[in-house]
Amino acid sequence: MRHIISILMENEAGALSRVAGLFSARGYNIESLTVAPTEDSSLSRMTIVTRGNEDVIEQITKQLNKLLDVVKLIDLADLPHVERELMLVKIRTNSTTREEIKRLSDIFRGKIIDVTNNSYVIEMTGASDKLDAFIDALDTHSIIETVRSGPTSMSRGANGLHL
Amino acid sequence: MISQCKQLLNKISRIAYEEVRVELSGGEIVVQCLKDEGVEFIFGYPGGAVLHLYDAIFHQDDVKHILVRHEQAATHAADAYARATGKPGVVLVTSGPGATNAVTGIATAYLDSIPMVVISGQVPTAVIGSDAFQEVDMVGITRPCVKHNFLVKDVKDIAETMKKAFYVATTGRPGPVVVDIPKDITDPYIKIPYSYPDAVVMRSYEPNPQADPKSIQQAVDVLLAAKRPVIYSGGGVVLGNASQELRKFTQLLGFPITQTLMGLGAYPATDKQSIGMLGMHGTYESNLAMHESDVIIAIGVRFDDRVTGKLSEFCPNATIIHIDIDPASISKTVKVDIAIVGDVQPVLTDMIALIKAHKQKNSAADLKSWWVRIEQWRSVNCLEFDRTSPEIKPQAVVEEVYRVTKGDAYITSDVGQHQMYAAQFYPFDKPRRWINSGGLGTMGFGLPAAIGVKLAHPDAEVACITGEASIQMCIQELATAAQYNTPIKIINLNNRYMGMVRQWQEFNYESRYSQSYMDTLPDFVKLAEAYGHVGIRVERPEDVKPALEKAFAMKDRTVFLDIMTDRTENVYPMIETGKGHQEMTLRVAPGTPIDRELA
Repeated sequence: MRHIISILMENEAGALSRVAGLFSARGYNIESLTVAPTEDSSLSRMTIVTRGNEDVIEQITKQLNKLLDVVKLIDLADLPHVERELMLVKIRTNSTTREEIKRLSDIFRGKIIDVTNNSYVIEMTGASDKLDAFIDALDTHSIIETVRSGPTSMSRGANGLHL
Repeated sequence: MISQCKQLLNKISRIAYEEVRVELSGGEIVVQCLKDEGVEFIFGYPGGAVLHLYDAIFHQDDVKHILVRHEQAATHAADAYARATGKPGVVLVTSGPGATNAVTGIATAYLDSIPMVVISGQVPTAVIGSDAFQEVDMVGITRPCVKHNFLVKDVKDIAETMKKAFYVATTGRPGPVVVDIPKDITDPYIKIPYSYPDAVVMRSYEPNPQADPKSIQQAVDVLLAAKRPVIYSGGGVVLGNASQELRKFTQLLGFPITQTLMGLGAYPATDKQSIGMLGMHGTYESNLAMHESDVIIAIGVRFDDRVTGKLSEFCPNATIIHIDIDPASISKTVKVDIAIVGDVQPVLTDMIALIKAHKQKNSAADLKSWWVRIEQWRSVNCLEFDRTSPEIKPQAVVEEVYRVTKGDAYITSDVGQHQMYAAQFYPFDKPRRWINSGGLGTMGFGLPAAIGVKLAHPDAEVACITGEASIQMCIQELATAAQYNTPIKIINLNNRYMGMVRQWQEFNYESRYSQSYMDTLPDFVKLAEAYGHVGIRVERPEDVKPALEKAFAMKDRTVFLDIMTDRTENVYPMIETGKGHQEMTLRVAPGTPIDRELA
């Protein structure tokens, strides 16, 4: 099952490699990992998407909690939560395809943020499956490159992951 | 007048000294931190990146430096010092190869949860990352085998980092901590005011989880309703100094107790409730009791694969209670029914009180018939070996070591058959007496470990039970033993094979002894003498006892006993890999009839 583990960690050199090293050393899988400092500059927030049965996820959360750089964590799969991923897609365009791609992008609430005579860069956020759906809707040959942030996520309601 | 002036001047300078905080260089700060931690010994080896530190060591006598001959030995000696005393072991090595040589010993301590602080030198901060001479990313290399590690980037951070290192290493589930210090941080010309913090707070570290009283109560209820219970205790009881509580708990309940390799000594092995070690080379009675039990209480253990055997057949009918300070140990390999996350000593104390107050008691009839069953298994006498052999049996040597030392020695070991013989045939009645690398299985551990133990307990008998393969992995430490006058007894069970490798090859590879034979062994007697010690070779069974008596009578000498043992002896009983506790292979020896129906 897919789990989103959200981690508050010390914003220190080496913290990321401790987490990444733990996953590779113990053979856990990382589907995506995203990290950046929070409003409290001493803390970073990391979102890891992983897969595993309940026993594996239990071990992952316990082992993460043992790391001294990990201050607090939560498995968002247990809670109602919102999830967003950012994607940039660079698409080859010509005079005949431009309109069609723009319309498609609008349907998916995408934004065209760069235009040249033969390309668009489209910015899109959403749940990961929405981004997948947009990619599927495009002609594969027209895609020059894509880059995705990996999902970030937080729980719904007034409670949250904080100190 | 002059003398009055002098007095006045002295007074003024004393006041000035007391009021202005002492200014120290980074190197001096590290040494002062060690003093403030009450560190007695530091095991190390100098080199370029730690020269400032070694100069600071030169100027004081409080922390005694033990110069080893290889950094691996520094970590093993410090590790064994910690195992024998409960105090953290401290190591100092230089950057690059000094640091990488220490890694084996750091991993050894990590796998057995031993408190240790390793200070490694690093190249100056300005050249970190440039592949400088003797540069290695120590923080990166040790990350998977330390409890935590630090790179100190500012002289102002040294004191707090050192405090954190000792705090982390010694609290919760203990473990090794590395502090990597670049050379410029210890610069003798950069001095700052020094003060050592009394305590440190780390918001992400909560080492003492409070056990849930409800699960303790639940566990007691289950224990007192058990019909075929077993206490399965391990290294956590030793580390948590809960030996007294374990004794009270076990004797109060009257249950059989089996101990892991790491736990030996926490409960007296010579007591009738002790049914010996469990696992791959554990006793028949322990493993079958585990298999047939209805309730297991696992105390400070981690369900290691050498203990459990085939997981799907582990204790098939038992309700499993597990006490451990590390939540990640709970249900890691074996799913437990009642988890108690907490320090073993207070948890056992609470349980003892609850058991005493509880209305229910175990059915005496059930416990009696359980003990009858266990005594049947015990009567198989699974450890027995051929006592009439014309060859020296390694088991007989260990039994004799036990007799000569009156069961009161500190025994270190290396890894292999001799380690198992020591565990099986030297019944430990006290904790911290049995010093071995159980988790990582590090050959080369025994000799430096014996030196570390002897430094900690100079008046105690310390023996290293080893083999001719293992001993050669850190043999250079015979020089350290001579330098610091640590009289230890090395019992070399010399079978001219890597015994355990040979045994597995006999069992699983049709006796194809691939590379497990040693055909160019040194003359260990001459080697010991070359290092300034006493060497004795023993070749006949009747010479074992007098040789041991002679060796242990030489209180102020290190003695190397090179004992030629039976080349083909194997460790029994054995659970072969992938088999369950109920599938033990027993020795079929002449004169020891084994009723296999019992199994």
